[in-house]
Amino acid sequence: MGNMGNKTEINAKGKKETEALLKVEDLSLSFIQYASGLRQTELKVICNLSIEAYRGEILAVVGSSGSGKSLLAHAILGILPSNAKLDVKMEYNGKKLTQEIKEEIRGKEIALIPQATTYLDPLMRISNQVIGCVEEKNEGLMKKVQREVFQRYDLKPDVDRMFPHELSGGMTRRVLVSTAVMSSAKLIIADEPTPGLDEKTLNETLSYFKDMANKGCAVILITHDIEAALKISDKIAIFYAGTVLEVANVEDFKNNGENLRHPYTRALWNALPQNNFQAIKGHQPMQDEVIDGCIFYERCSKKNELCSKGIPQFKSINGGVVRCNNVS
Amino acid sequence: MLDNEKIAGFIGKKILRLISLLVIVCFVSFMLIQYSPIDPVRAYIGEMPVSAEHKAKLEEYWGVNTPPQEKFLNWAGDALKGNFGISLIYRIPVTDVIKERFTASLALMAASWLFSGILGFILGIVAGMKKGTWIDKAIKTYCYVLAATPTFWLALILLMVFSVYLGWFPIGLSVPIGVTAENVTFLDWFLRLILPALTLSLLGVAQIALFTREKLIEVLSSDYVLFAKARGEKGLDLVLRHGIRNVALPAITLQFLGFSELFGGTVLVEQVFSYPGIGQAAVAAGLRSDVPLLLGIVIVSACFVFFGNAIADLIYQFVDPRIKQQEASI
Repeated sequence: MGNMGNKTEINAKGKKETEALLKVEDLSLSFIQYASGLRQTELKVICNLSIEAYRGEILAVVGSSGSGKSLLAHAILGILPSNAKLDVKMEYNGKKLTQEIKEEIRGKEIALIPQATTYLDPLMRISNQVIGCVEEKNEGLMKKVQREVFQRYDLKPDVDRMFPHELSGGMTRRVLVSTAVMSSAKLIIADEPTPGLDEKTLNETLSYFKDMANKGCAVILITHDIEAALKISDKIAIFYAGTVLEVANVEDFKNNGENLRHPYTRALWNALPQNNFQAIKGHQPMQDEVIDGCIFYERCSKKNELCSKGIPQFKSINGGVVRCNNVS
Repeated sequence: MLDNEKIAGFIGKKILRLISLLVIVCFVSFMLIQYSPIDPVRAYIGEMPVSAEHKAKLEEYWGVNTPPQEKFLNWAGDALKGNFGISLIYRIPVTDVIKERFTASLALMAASWLFSGILGFILGIVAGMKKGTWIDKAIKTYCYVLAATPTFWLALILLMVFSVYLGWFPIGLSVPIGVTAENVTFLDWFLRLILPALTLSLLGVAQIALFTREKLIEVLSSDYVLFAKARGEKGLDLVLRHGIRNVALPAITLQFLGFSELFGGTVLVEQVFSYPGIGQAAVAAGLRSDVPLLLGIVIVSACFVFFGNAIADLIYQFVDPRIKQQEASI
């Protein structure tokens, strides 16, 4: 697998570095549910979401818990449940990313770092899980690689033979990160990797992602922790009620957040404890609410008549993109 | 070693429990029989006409007029020494009857237990993997039909189809009639074991298959299977690596917990096939008021079911790494 990884690296270097490794355009995701009797309803979870991930960069997707961010990761990997309806244009490395290709490259080119211990098989020893499903002749080699990776993350040899419930929170995180490192993937999607970690472990975990980006990987960091995201990310996508309202550069959050484009992003900045610690009124619309105009309309301070009619289109401003009618 | 100590403690606790269980079971069964309209003298002499004087002698011999508590203590004292008395029907010691009958039943129960376990597990895995397809529906329907089928009815159907119409198997008993014990071949015995074992297995399949299916579906929708998929594992490999691993332990446990149903089923099946096992002996002892044999069988069957449950507990506590760990940390 190591050889294969090198080859793709060379290919990737041949291409323009400016081209996105992963392009997600207008992703809409809904679930078919049975309401009463045989009547089906469609629950829209994500709509018109667009993001791009570049090599060597960390893109943070920041949004509140339970707003469907994890489903974005699952959609990219093609592991959604069977009642999900996905509509999207996705490109990976310049090629259309279909379900077949997802199945082919996941675990090899794209790796997921899940959020919790529940993502490890409770009855399988750690080293077997991290190595994964490999051919018998490669097992010895993979075992060596796994040991080296564990060494790097300060996981002692006795961890190899442990079961998931025997790991501490920090160890679990390092084991989960190891699975991605083992795969030599080019695109890493980390789903909520930070909750429940103390300051030291948190910084350590974040540094692993920085390392991966420095080695040329594209990292998508899905989190609700905007402070953690600000520490290491290059770009921040603001996820609100199933869509992305703004993709800002991390510098935009400096200087009193003056360069932030969307009113919601500003409100978010204002709500941080180290800034004004002021929250705005209202809450995110529920998934079954039908909204015609801008999804932030109800809570927006700058709304006008245009905002209630049709979803604002993405505009490129100052090296970032935003969905707002009132920004220029 | 900590583990050895723990196992010793576990076995010690289980033995204490078994003893208290046996004391209660013996006492209750003894009292039930005591107050049932069973006359041991009548059971012994059958339809033979006897004089009143002779009858009084027999009554004294059988202790009809001894108070029940004393009777119980006498019986229990003998039982502790390993003497369960003489069977009234067979006129040999109860222990000998049980030994012979239980061995015959054990072959029957072991065969159907293994077969139903393996077949049920495989069917459950297939149904769980193919959830919602016609294979799944077929297996589910089969299981529901079986779960609703009375044992003796299925036994009769099999007997009619395979023994009477098709003539593939002998009709009953465990050895051919009119052949001396030395001349009975293994095949003779084996052919007579197949239908009863099949009846018991077919019924046992339903429970284990439905359970395995449910459990596999639960495992396949778990986070760790989702993660395994995200890492490129798929199809049968995925089910073998994560599914079987997580389903096997609870399924085996359930199969051990099923010892009581297995025993109950054996009683009925042996009756239909006239298979001379412990179940048939139990029915005979009950119908013909053979009190010593009945009590002996009650004790053996209680031990048998207890043994199954103890193994199920053992598996949970000493094989599952999660429970092992919890115990250690308490």
